[in-house]
Amino acid sequence: MSIDLKTIKHISKLARISVDEQRAEKLAGDLNSIFDFIEKLNELKTDNVEPLTSIAETTLKLRSDEVKSKNIREQIIKNSPQDNEDYFVVPKVIE
Amino acid sequence: MSDITKQSLTELVENIKNKKLSSTDVTKAFIDRSEKSMELNAYITNDFTSALDKAKKFDQKPNLDLKLPGIPMAVKDLFCTKNIKTTAGSKILNNFVPTYESTVTENIWNEGAILLGKLNCDEFAMGSSNETSFFGNVQSPIDKNLVPGGSSGGSASAVAGQLTPVTIGTDTGGSIRQPASFTGIVGLKPTYGSCSRYGIVAFASSLDQAGPMAQNVKDCALLHEVISSYDPKDSTSIDFKRNHYSKELTNNIKGKKIGIPKEYRVDGMPKEIEDLWQKGIQYIKDCGAQIIDISLPNTSYALPTYYIVAPAEASSNLARYDGVKYGFRAKGENLIDMYEKTRSEGFGAEVQRRIMIGTYVLSSGYYDAYYLKAQKVRKLIKNDFDDAYKNVDAILTPSTPSSAFKIGEKTNDPVSMYLNDIFTVPVNLAGLPGISIPAGHDSKGYPLGLQIIGKAFDEQNILNIAYAMEEKINFKNKITDWWIK
Repeated sequence: MSIDLKTIKHISKLARISVDEQRAEKLAGDLNSIFDFIEKLNELKTDNVEPLTSIAETTLKLRSDEVKSKNIREQIIKNSPQDNEDYFVVPKVIE
Repeated sequence: MSDITKQSLTELVENIKNKKLSSTDVTKAFIDRSEKSMELNAYITNDFTSALDKAKKFDQKPNLDLKLPGIPMAVKDLFCTKNIKTTAGSKILNNFVPTYESTVTENIWNEGAILLGKLNCDEFAMGSSNETSFFGNVQSPIDKNLVPGGSSGGSASAVAGQLTPVTIGTDTGGSIRQPASFTGIVGLKPTYGSCSRYGIVAFASSLDQAGPMAQNVKDCALLHEVISSYDPKDSTSIDFKRNHYSKELTNNIKGKKIGIPKEYRVDGMPKEIEDLWQKGIQYIKDCGAQIIDISLPNTSYALPTYYIVAPAEASSNLARYDGVKYGFRAKGENLIDMYEKTRSEGFGAEVQRRIMIGTYVLSSGYYDAYYLKAQKVRKLIKNDFDDAYKNVDAILTPSTPSSAFKIGEKTNDPVSMYLNDIFTVPVNLAGLPGISIPAGHDSKGYPLGLQIIGKAFDEQNILNIAYAMEEKINFKNKITDWWIK
């Protein structure tokens, strides 16, 4: 298998990470060597194996639906790069 | 006062309880040594001034019933600390000041300990050498230009270099045990669900666990006892009866059955590691325990499985860093451009690489071939351990396939860097506890570690085995203070 530059561009778009040509080439090289290594898994037959989705073999505990954190608006907004009163500010979305 | 930093946690606690030392004495000593040790680059953020205030306050009205009375402690910068900058070693969180406290650190402060500062680590805990940190390499106290291991590299360096009596790290694929092995200290990765993940910057949620790092097994047991708790704020925290790990610690392991997995004898493993393992087997026998050869047939598939599961979870967890709610924001022409530039400029190369791998294996058309396949192999790896534990109580392996390497030696080859974790990764995939203890030196005088893997929730047992072996090994770390002028 080979990951080409077109695939790198596609993944970088999905991951929302801008990648210039030079980095795309480096990433393609790195990812190809990592996937060569990962391909080893194909040696194993796993048709009848149940996937392991949770390591802790317990069912999730239910709790009552109560508000525990009240009036923390200030705390939530405190670390935002840009805010206006109670809102996060982002670049204009609708023209 | 110069010998205060040489004391173990257990000794310091005793000396404070007997009023031979005050919290101020102890805190001053560790601050003093930390200030002389800036060349190690173990700290990202220090909180020395406020630590000293807290120590003085403690001494005015000391509560000596606590488990960590007035003990100063630095922690990995992956734990959110209220009102203290928490960066996860990343530029993207360089200005992040949490408004809440992680459960494990809260547990530590509730037992009387005092925060010294936040310790360097690989960016988002992704690395095995501490070279991916935005805040620069950490030097190992063992030798100049030697990596301390990673991702809890600052933590390992700080304990081995005596900048903190003990510390906590996090371990997703070996990030506590590998640096502990590289720096000649003890590091425990608890059973998944033993320590709360609440307030720990997430890397791979089905693998991440916090755990103690210490100079010796007893200190490690004491700190584990403090941090392990059931926490409703973490949905995967498990409500089981926890031991008084330090009180119940015993070196009597007579009759215990210890498994030796043949698959851990990997190609190209240095003779020094094989010799160390054999020495460990002899120590186990000397303690009156029994050695049993076992097989974990799917061991060689653990790393490839890990490099699907961990990046997949990471790509999902790190989607939150979008430059909107907190952290670094780059300027963009529009919203999408802002996201893409923020993440491109805010994340380092290794983190971007892993997000890309994770995004790819979860993307349409590849999910079944990679992610689902990895989940199935993960099941086989867990089954291997379940089968082995029908016949043995614990498993003994080397902690790492080599001793520490030089800074820069492996940075250009991600796969060779990943191979560092070959003996530690299976333990995370199976959710088991594992402890690394220092067991010898290689020909260069660098420390080597042995790993004891336990059954789920059987931390007491592996701590006991480690305790018994520690006594036989009688390891002395060779710290020359090379960095102190």
